[in-house]
Amino acid sequence: MTVTWYVVLSAVLFAIGAGGVLIRRSPLVILLCLELMLNAGNLALVAFSRAHGNAEGQVFALIVMVVAACEVVVGLGLIVAIFRRRLPLNVDDLRELRG
Amino acid sequence: MSATAWGWLVLAFPLAGFLINAFGWRVLRGRMAGWIGTIAIGLAFVCAIAATVALLGHSEGDRELTSSLWNYASAAGLDIKVGILVDPLSAFMILVVSGVSTLIHLYSVAYLDSDRGYARYFAYLNFFVFSMLLLVLAGNFVLLIVGWAFVGFASYALISFWYRRNTATKAGMKAFVINVIGDVGLVLATFFIFRELGTFDFLAVFHAVPQHFSTNQGVLVAICLLLLVGAFAKSAQLPLHTWLPDAMEGPTPVSALIHAATMVTAGVYLIARMYVLFEQAPTAADISAFIGLATLVFAATCALAVTDLKRIIAYSTISQIGYMVVGVSIGAYAAGMFQLMTHAFFKALLFMAAGSVISAVAGTQDIDRMGGLRKALPFTSKLMIIGALALAAFPGFSGFFSKDEILAYALHRGGFYVIFTIVGYIAALLTAFYAFRIIFRVFWGEPVPEARELEEGHLAHAPPENPLTGEKEDTDVGFPGAEHHIAEREWPMWLAMSVLGFLSITGGFIEIPGIDEVVKNFLAGAFLQSHLYDALPSVAADWGGLALGGAISIAGIGLAYLVYVRRPGTSAALIRRFGAVHTFLANKWYFDELYDAVIYRPLIATGLFAKNVFERVVVQGVVTAAVDLVRGVGVIVRGAQSGFVRAYALLLIGGFAALGLYFLIASQ
Repeated sequence: MTVTWYVVLSAVLFAIGAGGVLIRRSPLVILLCLELMLNAGNLALVAFSRAHGNAEGQVFALIVMVVAACEVVVGLGLIVAIFRRRLPLNVDDLRELRG
Repeated sequence: MSATAWGWLVLAFPLAGFLINAFGWRVLRGRMAGWIGTIAIGLAFVCAIAATVALLGHSEGDRELTSSLWNYASAAGLDIKVGILVDPLSAFMILVVSGVSTLIHLYSVAYLDSDRGYARYFAYLNFFVFSMLLLVLAGNFVLLIVGWAFVGFASYALISFWYRRNTATKAGMKAFVINVIGDVGLVLATFFIFRELGTFDFLAVFHAVPQHFSTNQGVLVAICLLLLVGAFAKSAQLPLHTWLPDAMEGPTPVSALIHAATMVTAGVYLIARMYVLFEQAPTAADISAFIGLATLVFAATCALAVTDLKRIIAYSTISQIGYMVVGVSIGAYAAGMFQLMTHAFFKALLFMAAGSVISAVAGTQDIDRMGGLRKALPFTSKLMIIGALALAAFPGFSGFFSKDEILAYALHRGGFYVIFTIVGYIAALLTAFYAFRIIFRVFWGEPVPEARELEEGHLAHAPPENPLTGEKEDTDVGFPGAEHHIAEREWPMWLAMSVLGFLSITGGFIEIPGIDEVVKNFLAGAFLQSHLYDALPSVAADWGGLALGGAISIAGIGLAYLVYVRRPGTSAALIRRFGAVHTFLANKWYFDELYDAVIYRPLIATGLFAKNVFERVVVQGVVTAAVDLVRGVGVIVRGAQSGFVRAYALLLIGGFAALGLYFLIASQ
């Protein structure tokens, strides 16, 4: 049982997530893709943790989940706020912070 | 009470008068401020007499009394006391200063009557007297410098007293700047003295000098020359004289007090006070004497051509101080100080009379616009003639005895000192001539309209204007007051001039060679270490000098009579004939223009260069380049801030990917 396949799966998931973040315009989908990237990272952490027989990686994965939950709360909150103010739900239109 | 206690009181009264006038100007009505100032100085004069009497109670070898109030600074090797030195020299000076000051305060009470800055004037004047007395009573170099700087400030404040008059404020600045040059000289000399001798105390320095220095030792000559810079700036000697004629912008009593009778003689006092140093450095003393000689001739020639009444008297002052400087530099200390005293009397009188004359012609100072005022101003004209006779050293008047004593002493010393006698007598002829040039031009000749008006009983009142430039003025604070005052109608002016007239006639009698030598005997106690003090010419030589001086004086007056009264066209003919010489003299030997070209213009040019080239090109260039750099970088970097979140994400991910690739390749 090698760790290779888990890492490959993790890399594929991460690439899908990153591609989604880069390509999609809806903030909701970008948030989902971000979650995908985080979970790809979690998968790699857990796989390496099992391969090395060390539980610390799994603890890390738990912390990442907590952070991801927080992030979703903030992100979804922002999206709801944007929706309520009847702003376009399109990240390309929300670019007031340009230099 | 001891002499030093009286000395402290001499200082206390003018200071009290100054404080009362300075802080009470709101409440003091009418002539109140003037009387407070006059009484304060009068009390100082009484205390000065008391101090002198107390001093005379000591034996002759024991007349150097010191006293100190507190320690000003006491540190390692440094011990400065707020201390005064009362000896015959300082007693003599406080008598002259406070005496003449009292009379000039009295005169000012009436003369400045309608001026809106009345209390301010008397506050300044009292402060000046306090500073001058501090200067002459100081018992160490530090207090001397304090007094020295204070009188410089008082002089500045009073020259610029009419502060809305442009010419006056500029003259004040000029006087201040040149006086500061002198202050620097004095301070540097003090530093050198402290480095060499380790003390600031006068008596300690005088006792240490003969043992510590050999004759003409370089350091000592340097100290003396630096002291001379201070003395010459204060006493308006070449080449630092240019401020004094301009100082005539101040009120006329100020010219009488500060710029004729007292402050400008501080340099003479300083040289006399430092006689121990100068006798140990004869080279410096000789340089000083020659500068004095050059000054006295130079100023006398200027006084021949200038037409501003007060400036003629100012040049006469410079010239007379030249005599004093020659006197105290060649060792004729008593004669020099005696000349200082008589000069204070007759020059203050001349200025007071000039003030009365200027008032009579509605503020004009140009003698071309005066004439025939003899009948209109019977009292002033008499007193001014007395002053002029004393200035011209007419036999019997005070200037007669003092000037010739200096010249006789120079002749007696022999060697090249004979030059001083010869040139001094030639300048005496010029002195007599210009003294009576004033008299004949102002009081003789065809009466001017103002004179006729005054003969009929009313004083001319022209619209106020600057006598120098003719600019229109008002009579509010900062300009002269509305009314003019002449001595004929104001008893304080009349009284002050009468007393000075009396002193100008009789002041010389206290020092007649061979009969009574009061000044010489009194001052001897202050010059105990001098080996020149008693090397006096014989009485016969003195009288020979007096006879020659008298003859020269009469010749000069006669010449002036011939030129200005007998043949009135002569001076115009002379000006036509020697136009170049006249222009040269009327422009005061072009000293102002010289300083303008050598000092003022190069400095201004340097400043303009710094402002236009250095500041604009170099400094602003560097600053602008730095700003442009930052801004340029900002423009480039700003392009990355597109506001597209996905672009940021791409940069982030691309960056991480690039980093990961790099480490992967680098780890192979």
